Amino acid sequence: MRFLQELGCYFILLKKVFSKPEKSSIYYRQTMHEMVYLGLNSVGILSVISFFMGSAITLQTAYNTENPIYPTYLIGLGCRDSIILEFSSTISALILAGKVGSNIASEIGTMRITEQIDALEIMGVNSASYLILPKIIATLLFNPLLTLISITVGIIGGGLAGTMTGVITPQDFIYGIQYAFIPYYITYSIIKTLFFAFIITTVSAFQGYYVTGGSLEVGRASTKAVVYSSILILLFNVILTQLLLS
Amino acid sequence: MIRVKNIDKSFSGKIVLDNVSVSFESGKTNLIIGRSGSGKTVLLKSIVGLHNIDNGEIWYEDVLFNRLNFTDKKEIRKKMGMLFQGSALFDSMTTEQNVRFPLDMFTNGSMEEKLERVNFCLKRVDIFNANKLYPAELSGGMKKRVAIARAIALNPQYLFCDEPNSGLDPITAILIDELIKEITEEYSMTTIVNTHDMNSVMEIGEKIVFINEGIICWEGSKHDILKSDNEILNDFVFANSLAKQLRSSQK
Repeated sequence: MRFLQELGCYFILLKKVFSKPEKSSIYYRQTMHEMVYLGLNSVGILSVISFFMGSAITLQTAYNTENPIYPTYLIGLGCRDSIILEFSSTISALILAGKVGSNIASEIGTMRITEQIDALEIMGVNSASYLILPKIIATLLFNPLLTLISITVGIIGGGLAGTMTGVITPQDFIYGIQYAFIPYYITYSIIKTLFFAFIITTVSAFQGYYVTGGSLEVGRASTKAVVYSSILILLFNVILTQLLLS
Repeated sequence: MIRVKNIDKSFSGKIVLDNVSVSFESGKTNLIIGRSGSGKTVLLKSIVGLHNIDNGEIWYEDVLFNRLNFTDKKEIRKKMGMLFQGSALFDSMTTEQNVRFPLDMFTNGSMEEKLERVNFCLKRVDIFNANKLYPAELSGGMKKRVAIARAIALNPQYLFCDEPNSGLDPITAILIDELIKEITEEYSMTTIVNTHDMNSVMEIGEKIVFINEGIICWEGSKHDILKSDNEILNDFVFANSLAKQLRSSQK
């Protein structure tokens, strides 16, 4: 029953979010600000994680395929497909749910308990739209770019780790990452990223927007935002994989 | 004028406002007083539409506010300014940006015009050289002043203040009270102030409404309040020992 109530509140909030903005120029400025705050500021951490994950994937693939019947270029292929299909979209989304999701929930939650949202409403501003819509647009525009950066850095990390440890030659790795390449996988990865970006932003904003109480409740909302976003990301990963790859 | 007719409000079955009817006069500083938890803030937030009432009517002049849809409510809200208990300044914006926000949102003037208005409002509340400071860098009294400047930026017709001098020293509290009264007279606004501070009542109260356990118990002026024979009101008004001594000496 409570789940249905929360689901209803979530969709009512979305309706408010997607109503006509008061002044487009202000929303444009906010969107640019959110692109820097939520997107550009995530490039560093995502690049570092992607680099090391790419390295680990390459080494694990190499140590699990130590068989003369497998050509070594398959290590590059395995690294490429793991990163494109799963890591750069799904795992990155889980990382962003932790970083961006908790950030959104605590920011909006703090605004709620300090009456800043009430102040917006009193001025006649649609607070849900003003606070949440720019974040949704910013993540929908920027997260695919983050995915592409993650793919690139992950594959570079894999290549460097593979060649530096001597499990694969640079030529074989490059051949492997080009072998049997299916461009649709990139599209698939970006479609998943768009869904995940929407989930992270709206679920986290929902948790923050309806928070009541004090700082303890804001902390709880932040944790809930990460947990619910992560579960939904994994659920939609299964659904989208079945729909897009079957 | 703002009129409230027979409004009820409850939270999870607990009645907070019970058949409240009251009117607030234009161009005057109207005060809602009462103990903590008496329903003052709920009444104020119901009047401005931050709480949806269970029953009753809220009228802004000839407009039935609580039956309006979101878009029509926005038109009335553009005529409102509100000073919150904790100031509610936007943390991520400077003083100047806070006061400019409603102008950016609802006017089409040039940046020069907006800045001129911002500086006028800040000067009106005696804030100088703080345009580039963030709320975290301001004192409690300064935050309240900036919040008043933001509230009057669009020349509102209605001003609502929720505990405007809570957490302030007595001198700053009086200055804030005086500022609210001056601004009310200057712009002929309908001002409603929520307070439990008797100093405010005696300083600025033109019409006073006493609320207790969600029911309006008494209405009158600051001159009437000291002569009232309402026991609940007297317990509130003469709560501190100094007031009690004064009252007994008068008797």
